[in-house]
Amino acid sequence: MRREPILNAVLMVLLLAVPLWAHLTDEPFTITLATRAVIFAIAGVGLNVALGLGGLVSLGHALFFGVGGYAMGILAFHAQTYAPLIDWPMTIEGTKSMPVIWLVAVVASAIAALGIGALSLRTTGVYFIMITLAFAQMFYFFAISWPAYGGEDGMSIYVRNGFPGLNTMDPIQFFGLCYGLLLLVLFIVWRIARSPFGLMLGAARQSQARAQALGQVPYRLYLTAFVISGAITGLAGALFADLNRFVSPTMFSWQTSGEIMVFVILGGVGRVFGPVAGAALFIVLEHSLGGLSEFWHIYLGAILLGVVLFARGGLYGLLAGRERAHD
Amino acid sequence: MSTILLIEQTLNGLQFGVMLFLMAAGLTLIFGVMGLINLAHGSLYMVGAFAAAGVAAWTGSFLLALAASLIAAALAGVIVEMLVIRRLYDRDHLDQVLATFALILIFSEGTRWVFGSFPLFLDTPDWLSGTVMLPFGIEYSRYRLAIILVGLAVAAGLFWMIARTRIGIRIRAGENDREMIGALGVNISRLYTLVFALGAALAGFAGALIGAIQTVQVGMGEPVLILAFVVIVIGGIGSIKGAFIGAILVGLTDTLGRFLLPVLFGLVMEPSAATTVGASLASMAIYILMAGVLLFRPQGLFGARAT
Repeated sequence: MRREPILNAVLMVLLLAVPLWAHLTDEPFTITLATRAVIFAIAGVGLNVALGLGGLVSLGHALFFGVGGYAMGILAFHAQTYAPLIDWPMTIEGTKSMPVIWLVAVVASAIAALGIGALSLRTTGVYFIMITLAFAQMFYFFAISWPAYGGEDGMSIYVRNGFPGLNTMDPIQFFGLCYGLLLLVLFIVWRIARSPFGLMLGAARQSQARAQALGQVPYRLYLTAFVISGAITGLAGALFADLNRFVSPTMFSWQTSGEIMVFVILGGVGRVFGPVAGAALFIVLEHSLGGLSEFWHIYLGAILLGVVLFARGGLYGLLAGRERAHD
Repeated sequence: MSTILLIEQTLNGLQFGVMLFLMAAGLTLIFGVMGLINLAHGSLYMVGAFAAAGVAAWTGSFLLALAASLIAAALAGVIVEMLVIRRLYDRDHLDQVLATFALILIFSEGTRWVFGSFPLFLDTPDWLSGTVMLPFGIEYSRYRLAIILVGLAVAAGLFWMIARTRIGIRIRAGENDREMIGALGVNISRLYTLVFALGAALAGFAGALIGAIQTVQVGMGEPVLILAFVVIVIGGIGSIKGAFIGAILVGLTDTLGRFLLPVLFGLVMEPSAATTVGASLASMAIYILMAGVLLFRPQGLFGARAT
């Protein structure tokens, strides 16, 4: 049997076992760390659709992470202040229900990805990197200067949003929700990667001219991938905001974009489960190195540099060998 | 009164644009010659500012501080180029983005480790503080005027260097065909290090000049870096002329947008709402400008190729 599926299984079991063990030994902080890892993993899996499958180096995925976060923040803010979101043409109230918030976050970030993707994908290469980065920065500054939802200070949501039948304030139950969503997202992305669309996207990544010769329009393939990618990252943003019960412009910052990309790279670009490994490794590093030194970003930078220069496949490349070229 | 304020703000925009040019010129040269996207350019800007603040505190001389910023940034550039960047020229853009992102982390935390988290201050010298009277009774900050003049002088020098000197010819030749100039006996590796050091020195110099207006702190470089990216996208990658026009456009749009938009909205709205909407829109103005350029000329105003 190939090593990659085994690695996937071990990873997912570990990611479930650690918080369960922490729950039994009553260590809620570890559960929160695991929840962070799972949420970051969802964001990374989202970026991986654009980056790994489509070869689109987006340095602006914080934008969708932030849009998801603010979707949650704005809806919950209106629910907790009992002020309707809009009065006209019909009254729309805020909500504290997670499924509704998730839906809004996914739709809002998909729309954002459609608009920004349609513009950015007119260019390729370095232009695309710079433009995605710039658009994310635009949202960052907008969030800072728009005072209605906290401006620079962000806003706090006092009680975590609810999910029917669950007590989301219980760390392990909230973790379970996020873990379930991660499984769902992984399944969807795995299906996409093997669908005719996913295969065509991979073909366009490897050779745009050949995809065109087969009658495909690369722009459309890329845009679809970018929208799916943005929507998944938006979902992660909503979950992250709910985990912290706090949203702030930091979610839009370029550091966030960089970190989401780091999850993908540490794990291994283009592998469906790669970002999960990367996000878990990131949290472990943050926790262990963060305890070691106040300046742990130096070590993170050094590790990242080492991975990029010497171990290009990331964790999966090291453990599971080279990616298979054919199915 | 309002016209005078408008002219003042235009000058501020010009000053901002000229500083952006110093950043964007290095970035666009490095991309044009080596095909490298360098996120750590903002870190070199920061290195320049910190070196200037350190030397100014030590010697008290502003000119020495400026010299220190040039030397420190160029030196940091050379070291980084030889240790890391050199390995990235043949890699794809993703690897370049990640490696230079890693460099940002190392530079920022390293600086925080050496200088602490508190911002430093770089004072303008006496002979540059205060205001100066311009024609038509406009009073303007002497230091900002000096920045504009120095920036324009540096820009002119850069244009002259690229167009007239032997090194400029090599740089332009490197942009066109790097294998060919290697075959003609130019030491490419040394040319690359030189171009990188030049870009780094320009960034460090900009950092020092701006450091005297704003505070010198960790993370000061990245917002400027992203603005420089916007400049390059507007001007076209690899074009120094594009970088100059783009930088002035961005500088003016941002400064005048912040000044004029609240006033404009004030004509149709109540003042407090106008300030809010105007300020929010002004913070997005340059990105809207960028989106507009993208719609009509995806390769930028002066870009020849869309790579």
